[in-house]
Amino acid sequence: MEFSEHIKTANVEDVVLRQPLHPPSRGTLCITGHHLLFSDREEGSSRQVLLLLRNIDAIEKRMSGSSGTITIKCKDLRVLQLDIPGMEQCLNIAHSIETLSCLDCVSEMYPFFYRPADLSLQDQWGLSTPEKHYSQMKELCERWRLSSVNRDYSVCPSYPSAVIVPNSIDDSTLKKVAKFRQGGRFPVLCYYHKKNGMVIMRSSQPLMGANRKRCKEDELLLQAVIDGSDKGYIIDTRSSQQAQQARMTGGGFESKSCYSHWKRLHRQMDRGKALQESLIKLVEACGDESNNMDRWLSKLENSKWLSHVQTALSTAGLLAECVERDGHSVLVHGSEGTDSSLLISTLAQLIMDPCCRTLDGFLALLEREWLQAGHPFQQRCARSAYSHARLQQESPVFLLLLDCVWQLWRQFPLALGFSEALLIRLATEVYASDYGTFLCNSDQERCAMGIKDKTHCLFQALLRPGERDFYSNPLYEPTELAIWPSVHPQSLQLWRGFFLRWTQQARHLEEAQEEIRNMLIEWGKLALS
Amino acid sequence: MEHIRTPKVENVRLLDRSLGQRKASVGTLYLSATHTIFVENNPETRKETWVLHSMVSSVDRPPATPGGSQLVLRCKDFRVYQVLIPQERDCADVHASLVRLSRPEKYSELYCLSFNPNVNKEEREASWSFIDLMADYKRMGVPNNLWVATAVNSEYRVCDTYPSELFVPKSATTGIIVGSSRFRSRGRFPALSYFHQDTLAAVCRCSQPLSGFSGRCQEDELMLQAVMKSNPGSDYIYVVDTRPKLNAMANRAAGKGYENEDHYTNIKLQFIGIENIHVMRSSQQKIIDVGEMRAPSMSDFLWGLENSGWLKHIKAVLDAGAFIARAVADEGVSVLVHCSDGWDRTAQACSVASILLDPYYRTIRGFMVLIERDWVSFGHKFSHRYAHLDGDPKEVSPVIDQLLECVWQLSEQFPCAFEFNERFLITLHTYVYSCQYGSFLGNCQKERRDLRLRERTHSAWPQLWKDRSDYANPLYQAELSQSQGVLRPNTSPYCFKMWKGLYNHVEKSAPPRQSPADYLAAVREESQQLEEELTNHQEVPPGGTAHHHHQHHQHPQPGSRQEDSSSDRSANHVGEAVGSEEDD
Repeated sequence: MEFSEHIKTANVEDVVLRQPLHPPSRGTLCITGHHLLFSDREEGSSRQVLLLLRNIDAIEKRMSGSSGTITIKCKDLRVLQLDIPGMEQCLNIAHSIETLSCLDCVSEMYPFFYRPADLSLQDQWGLSTPEKHYSQMKELCERWRLSSVNRDYSVCPSYPSAVIVPNSIDDSTLKKVAKFRQGGRFPVLCYYHKKNGMVIMRSSQPLMGANRKRCKEDELLLQAVIDGSDKGYIIDTRSSQQAQQARMTGGGFESKSCYSHWKRLHRQMDRGKALQESLIKLVEACGDESNNMDRWLSKLENSKWLSHVQTALSTAGLLAECVERDGHSVLVHGSEGTDSSLLISTLAQLIMDPCCRTLDGFLALLEREWLQAGHPFQQRCARSAYSHARLQQESPVFLLLLDCVWQLWRQFPLALGFSEALLIRLATEVYASDYGTFLCNSDQERCAMGIKDKTHCLFQALLRPGERDFYSNPLYEPTELAIWPSVHPQSLQLWRGFFLRWTQQARHLEEAQEEIRNMLIEWGKLALS
Repeated sequence: MEHIRTPKVENVRLLDRSLGQRKASVGTLYLSATHTIFVENNPETRKETWVLHSMVSSVDRPPATPGGSQLVLRCKDFRVYQVLIPQERDCADVHASLVRLSRPEKYSELYCLSFNPNVNKEEREASWSFIDLMADYKRMGVPNNLWVATAVNSEYRVCDTYPSELFVPKSATTGIIVGSSRFRSRGRFPALSYFHQDTLAAVCRCSQPLSGFSGRCQEDELMLQAVMKSNPGSDYIYVVDTRPKLNAMANRAAGKGYENEDHYTNIKLQFIGIENIHVMRSSQQKIIDVGEMRAPSMSDFLWGLENSGWLKHIKAVLDAGAFIARAVADEGVSVLVHCSDGWDRTAQACSVASILLDPYYRTIRGFMVLIERDWVSFGHKFSHRYAHLDGDPKEVSPVIDQLLECVWQLSEQFPCAFEFNERFLITLHTYVYSCQYGSFLGNCQKERRDLRLRERTHSAWPQLWKDRSDYANPLYQAELSQSQGVLRPNTSPYCFKMWKGLYNHVEKSAPPRQSPADYLAAVREESQQLEEELTNHQEVPPGGTAHHHHQHHQHPQPGSRQEDSSSDRSANHVGEAVGSEEDD
């Protein structure tokens, strides 16, 4: 397909751009297959604004006389305004943006065209693989093995080709278990707690259905997980009522009678549409400058976003507590096992495992628990908070994760090796990116699209020397201890750095971070001399 | 000692609720003339808890429990202590004593008159001249050919709640001043609070005019005219009435009110809408209650925050200051600020404006000067507002709490702009309430003079100054752009947060956590040391310093953090786990 068929007007002169934190500027607007490019015409200041069309969530056009105004609302929450002379030109530009910003075809997306001079397609893609991850943990091999039962993605399309399972469970058993779990997501190991050998497993719901079907192999697998210890916990991210209702549609839960050594805990976590609507309400509240205090607080409450943050962190805390303090293994799932389960298993690992708190460790964690584990990024992040399009599979689960991680970062400013800037960068990249990392919904799809051969890897790019400094926390002091977050409402705050990032206030906070960085660099120099 | 019937009770259990303590410690309770002292029995720690009687705001006796009789001490620094006394009779005695001791009836009973830090007479006298207001006026370029000192209020003849030394417009004659003062509530005529050298515009303050529905006063009109004439850059002034317009109008029925724009030429009247002391008192109580909620949901908490109205009031005070600062700095127009009596909301608005306008007031010493000028010298009624003596509870109101909170909110927005940290603001809050020093005693300068406080008590400022390294903000950079010039805060509602630190809620949910501020302070201090070492002896073995660093930056007691947080966590999660049901 040619992008040019969607571009009737490629260039417009004399356009006025209004954007937050900058005075309006006049210049030339260009539209290409993937970008909106604005170049400032003013003498001496050749400022350019380059915007990925994919970043545009919604546009509004307003005509008055012979000119028009297009308001562009981005997925990174920026709101821009273009005053375009000429009604036809304005309509053409608007049409191009509308079409090109939501092309569905993955292979036409910008990461397949992005070829920066300092990166090569031959560079290593990704940070690790399930194989490497397994081989790095020597303690595992006694009781756990790496299975390639999914090597052609036929057992579970959303799992990676290799997964870690109990030693005593062979591949044919796994295949039977997969048939008993939604989407084939049979229980796999995602975290091994070195201190006591306990593990976190995750899966999707068992397909018990209305007539309470059982699966011996599934029961066997879970029995093998707690081998020797008295019991394990199952954290079901649905309320018990929701879990009961799921039976009517073929799903269900692990009943006490069949899984006698497992104790189920239900924690209702909102997902899907509820979460997306929550984000929409929050962003709306943040953008409304006319709010008085009462209205702001009531909108903040009404959005429920901070309640979701609280629930996610407290459920993750519960999970970590089961493993670290009570010394039990835990299986986590909701229904599909691709959203809330990943959210709390990631947070629990950050709480317990110091290795996940370094910059490299955190990115590797995201790679394992989100990319390889099959969070459907393409479906979840197609649209963001401003879109008027009818919602389908969109849900800001990953953004919620980043927010929760930020809360940890704020409560433990020295314990995490990465900076707030990293979280903000990830929150942007997941919706629109030069890199192929967040494309597609699973390993299988990424393989089929040749993502690893045809696009560049964001995580590798973030770890280049210059970037690494910027995304590291200058205050980082590793601690071996678990970092237990407070989930009291007073301890949780609105993530201003992200939700209010285009306000002056965010600038002052950035300045403060810069100051901290400088102080520590200065101190480092002095200490060396 | 006449009020103490039982000076010592053994086997008492104490729970510091504000610290989030869940297990009471057992020990002995002592009552002294000035303090309640609790000494833990545990021979390893023998931890002592001292509570100043003057910091106790209420002593309640909830119903007795099987373990004994209870007392709940609520303090003015928002600490809450729960005391369990085995014998009912002892409890009754302690209760009666504390009720009396925490409500002194005369100034002579106050702690500052018995407080005797180890300093001699000369040092004490010197402590009182630590803050020199005249030097600050000089710093801002006053007196000059626009503003002059006046002796009209010497011996507090014209206005007994004003300081004796004041600055007024050069063209204001004694007749005008005296006439104007007769037309103003409590005689509080327009006087200079801050002069902005860059624009020559000034911030002045007064009380409401006694205008009723139609009254006018020629001298008062001339006085405002004189204020305007003292700013060559503008042909009008703003009169900022910090009250809600409705309140100001209601005051007219009582013969008070606000300036009639038809009578005063060249004024622009602006209402801001800061509520009165009674609204603020009940609002603060509500926000304290929000903080004390046990395991609230996010919705409960945010609803409680909204319902308290507290952040709305903080925003109103900040908006008032921001309006004045904009008028002075951006428009170059002088502002006359008043409320009703001109000693609460007016002090808040003027102080916030000064902080926004002048970086000096964002330093440790500068902030002390500011409090001394706008609050102490201009007759803010400290003893009434902060219940130093047993008196009318309707006079009590957290007026200075709100100023301190505005400054905190600003410091959150401009992390590099203030030389001091949160601890400084909280300590100042404590000093205002505790009556340990004479600085904040009484209700005006005249009263302090009559009490001869300078001879009988100590000033708080030198103590704060001595401890200034504890109060330093490591991020403060005088050269940084956000520290310089006028601060232009964003006062959108989303910029305001609950100030957990003041309400003692930091530790409750977050036991001694990692503090980047302390870390940075250590880094800054060490960088300075290293720099000095470098300049002094160029030959320091690098290994030596590196080792030294390492020790310096060990975080305080990581072990205890771990313990504390796990107990906190169990409260957050375990209870829920138990409550969860399995149903097949």
